[in-house]
Amino acid sequence: MMTSQSGLFDVAVIGGGVVGCAVARRFALDGARVLLLERASDILSGASKANSALLHTGFDAPPGSLELACMQAGYREYCEIRERMNLPLLETGAMVVAWSEADLARLDSIEAQARANGVDDVRLMEPAEVLAREPHLATSLRGALLVPGEHVIDPWSAPLAYLKQAVAHGAEVLCNAEVLSGRLDAGLWTLETPRGAVRARIVINCAGLFGDEVETRLLGRSDFIIMPRKGQFVVFDKAASALLTTILLPVPNERTKGVVLARTIFGNVLVGPTAEEQLDRTRADVRQEALRDLVAKAVAMVPGLADMPVTAIYAGLRPATEKKEYRVSAKPELRWITIGGIRSTGLTAALGIARHAASLHAGFDDAGFRPVNDPVWPHMPNLAEHGRRDWQADGHGEIVCHCELVTRREIEQALEGPLAAGDVGGLKRRTRAGMGRCQGFYCQARIAALTEGKFAEPLAVEKADD
Amino acid sequence: MTEPFETDVAIVGGGPAGIAAALALRHRGVARVTVLERESEAGGVPRHCGHPPFGLREFGRILSGPAYAARLRLEAVRAGVEIRTRTSVTALGPSGRLALTTPDGTAALAAGRVILATGVREMPRSARLITGDRPVGVLSTGTLQHAIYIERQKPFRRPLIVGTELVSLSAVLTCWKAGIRPVAVVEAASRPTARWPMALFPRLLGIPMHYGAELVDIRGRSRVEAATLRLADGTTRDVDCDGILLTGRFVPESALVRLSHLDVDMGSGGPSIDQFGRCSDPAYFAAGNLLRPVETAGWSFREGKRIGGIVADDLDGRLAPAERTIQIARGEGLKLAVPQRIALPSAEPSLGWIQLRAATGGTGVLSIRDGSAILWEKRLSILPERRILVPLAALLKAGERTDTVEIRFTSDKAG
Ligand SMILES: Cc1cc2nc3c(=O)[nH]c(=O)nc-3n(C[C@H](O)[C@H](O)[C@H](O)COP(=O)(O)OP(=O)(O)OC[C@H]3O[C@@H](n4cnc5c(N)ncnc54)[C@H](O)[C@@H]3O)c2cc1C
Ligand SMILES: Cc1cc2nc3c(=O)[nH]c(=O)nc-3n(C[C@H](O)[C@H](O)[C@H](O)COP(=O)(O)OP(=O)(O)OC[C@H]3O[C@@H](n4cnc5c(N)ncnc54)[C@H](O)[C@@H]3O)c2cc1C
Repeated sequence: MMTSQSGLFDVAVIGGGVVGCAVARRFALDGARVLLLERASDILSGASKANSALLHTGFDAPPGSLELACMQAGYREYCEIRERMNLPLLETGAMVVAWSEADLARLDSIEAQARANGVDDVRLMEPAEVLAREPHLATSLRGALLVPGEHVIDPWSAPLAYLKQAVAHGAEVLCNAEVLSGRLDAGLWTLETPRGAVRARIVINCAGLFGDEVETRLLGRSDFIIMPRKGQFVVFDKAASALLTTILLPVPNERTKGVVLARTIFGNVLVGPTAEEQLDRTRADVRQEALRDLVAKAVAMVPGLADMPVTAIYAGLRPATEKKEYRVSAKPELRWITIGGIRSTGLTAALGIARHAASLHAGFDDAGFRPVNDPVWPHMPNLAEHGRRDWQADGHGEIVCHCELVTRREIEQALEGPLAAGDVGGLKRRTRAGMGRCQGFYCQARIAALTEGKFAEPLAVEKADD
Repeated sequence: MTEPFETDVAIVGGGPAGIAAALALRHRGVARVTVLERESEAGGVPRHCGHPPFGLREFGRILSGPAYAARLRLEAVRAGVEIRTRTSVTALGPSGRLALTTPDGTAALAAGRVILATGVREMPRSARLITGDRPVGVLSTGTLQHAIYIERQKPFRRPLIVGTELVSLSAVLTCWKAGIRPVAVVEAASRPTARWPMALFPRLLGIPMHYGAELVDIRGRSRVEAATLRLADGTTRDVDCDGILLTGRFVPESALVRLSHLDVDMGSGGPSIDQFGRCSDPAYFAAGNLLRPVETAGWSFREGKRIGGIVADDLDGRLAPAERTIQIARGEGLKLAVPQRIALPSAEPSLGWIQLRAATGGTGVLSIRDGSAILWEKRLSILPERRILVPLAALLKAGERTDTVEIRFTSDKAG
């Protein structure tokens, strides 16, 4: 990932989360020379590393909010472009399930809000109908609201595809390039990073969990404070996917938002997230008690899960702020756009947020690049369980990760090019390697050998001599 | 897509159990015996156990793991077994239809009988729900051995070792030989799970041992930096380390079975079988450590050989289909019971016994019951994770009368 650092960029995007990737794509397609700066050794290392991977309709978003508008625009654009990029969509639909009398009483207002938000295809269901659709659910349920448009996507291939398309249109990406400071001089930003200084006409802050810190570092102050909110998850064995098709959403109540039970695009079933406020912006640790509690909640909804082994555990941090709404603003005089506090819907909304950012930029006095006429559409390797994968094709070399059936060819490809994986997490996100039920028992030593010399934090610390 | 092919018996997994089954089938004159092995060579787990003793009973000499694996391959070639490496079985279909992938693409295989012998692995950090960050450097013994003995790389320099099973001893040895210096060994129980050498050996090397202690936190941004232990006296202690080695807690590698039409037993974690090793679809048999955690290579080899012989009988039409079955219910105090059912009429050869593991150790009474009637009982002292064998004959007598028997271990203390 080298850049013509001496060059001058139209736009510097700070942060390679899903939002930064979508913004980089939008401005590159609009004809700008884009540079994306990421502090970690790979993109998607912040909030975007770990989420529920649901493509939301916005049925329960605050009416009239920017969040709702961006989610719906993002949803539409994802569905428009996904086939050209070979991005998957698992059309599951969702049910907001009522487990108590109190829950049941709330379904009507949730339905009304959905309609007010323009999500018209929602429908109340009686317990018998719910059980006919999902026969493995606990029979104690009281009813549900069906939201047919909620789906599951691949949370990592999508942003990677956005950035790939940006790169195909001249964008450059610098990892290990934390923006430490900067100054605006005669309408030109100079940003200091450990990999040198870079210059750009406009800065777009998409720094997620560090959004306020970047504002303070470069502008001297921030209009918002990031208050990280951790969400832990448990992922069950693939055999569990026989027990559930539809996403199960909780009825939110005053005390808790409750947890989701859903299929993953990789053929598993996940339960989570928790919602835990914390000060640390990087530590997404898992805690046994919380994980046990999630398993218990999952089993209460689908009793058959009691017999299913746990495949994975993980946690993500939401870049929440003191307000619910996104913290998006433009400061034309400072040649600066802030996209902050994209708390818990950013995967869905990213493409919509990027369009919104472009519209904010239209208000800058130099606005107007020449849009790309005939965009290049990168074709992503399919990682979705329901689609055709590389192991099903000839000449894949060998299976390296047996649980997830990841081929040597897939691993080699993920280690190539301007968006090569920069660490083992990045390799997992690009291939699924090591994500399966054995968690690397069979393949990690082999992957260590295949990735020797490639990663910031290598899997092997040194050679073993005889 | 390569051409579909056929074979008399397909064996999934080329470890000690799979190869032994293949040898037995060839010795009985079965024409086409095909071992499907997903790794680049057959041999199974012993391939990366760079230490003796392997092979004493099978081959009359003491071999290291890799030498034993090489011997298995040699015997297989000599006996005319077809071994297909880099061939992963991806799905088990009814009546012995297998889906495969190879470097040349996917393929289908129709087998007269299938023997599943995919072995065991250790339980990863995730399934143990261990608290903490998720940095690089948390792994199991199998991964360590693979790294050291096959890839010749060290995954860490100063790991904390969790567990005191027999395999934990291999882990300590593997570390020591490679110049890796474990900072401590922790064991949740008050005594080592394995027999005497485990208690002594690390201490001889100067590695601190903590019994009654638990790993309660892992910290590290990109690589493991420290771990927190809760010690037997309730205090916590931070330990500097650059890795966590989770040893033992074996689980059958039953992925294929779980995703197939075959019945899985939640106690053993493997396929549910009868005393002939026959699965719920009679075209499928199973052998080796896939059946239960965990036995030695030698045990798995002998089991494979026996099941191979039974499958040869079956192909000759000498294994009667089950007319009736007795289900074996796993009662209190027991973690697993294999086989899970007895097919009647019974015959020999069969596995010959019911294999049990207790949930916790102690002295007490092991009994077989039909409702409230006690069909068989025996006083004994047992340890957790140690094998207990009950002769099949003890159960067959009961089978004349009932469809279900319960086996339970009533500990004196609990009583
Ligand atoms: C538990 C959980 C569940 C979720 N579920 C869903 C869901 O189902 N559907 C959905 O749509 N959304 C979901 N989300 C929300 C979604 O994941 C977030 O909204 C989204 O990831 C935010 O992306 P971002 O790009 O704003 O932030 P980030 O992903 O944090 O990206 C910011 C990037 O900026 C980098 N950076 C920070 N400071 C600097 C600097 N100074 N210089 C350079 N780079 C810097 C960081 O390293 C990071 O990579 C969920 C989130 C969580 C945590
Ligand atoms: C880390 C570890 C250390 C051990 N150390 C010892 C020891 O020191 N001494 C000892 O006696 N025992 C040891 N054991 C126990 C070990 O399980 C037995 O020694 C023996 O290997 C069991 O033989 P098996 O044939 O049942 O399984 P394995 O030896 O595990 O063989 C199973 C084979 O099946 C293949 N396979 C699995 N799934 C598929 C598929 N879908 N398609 C194709 N092929 C597949 C695997 O690649 C493997 O080669 C250890 C086990 C482990 C996990």
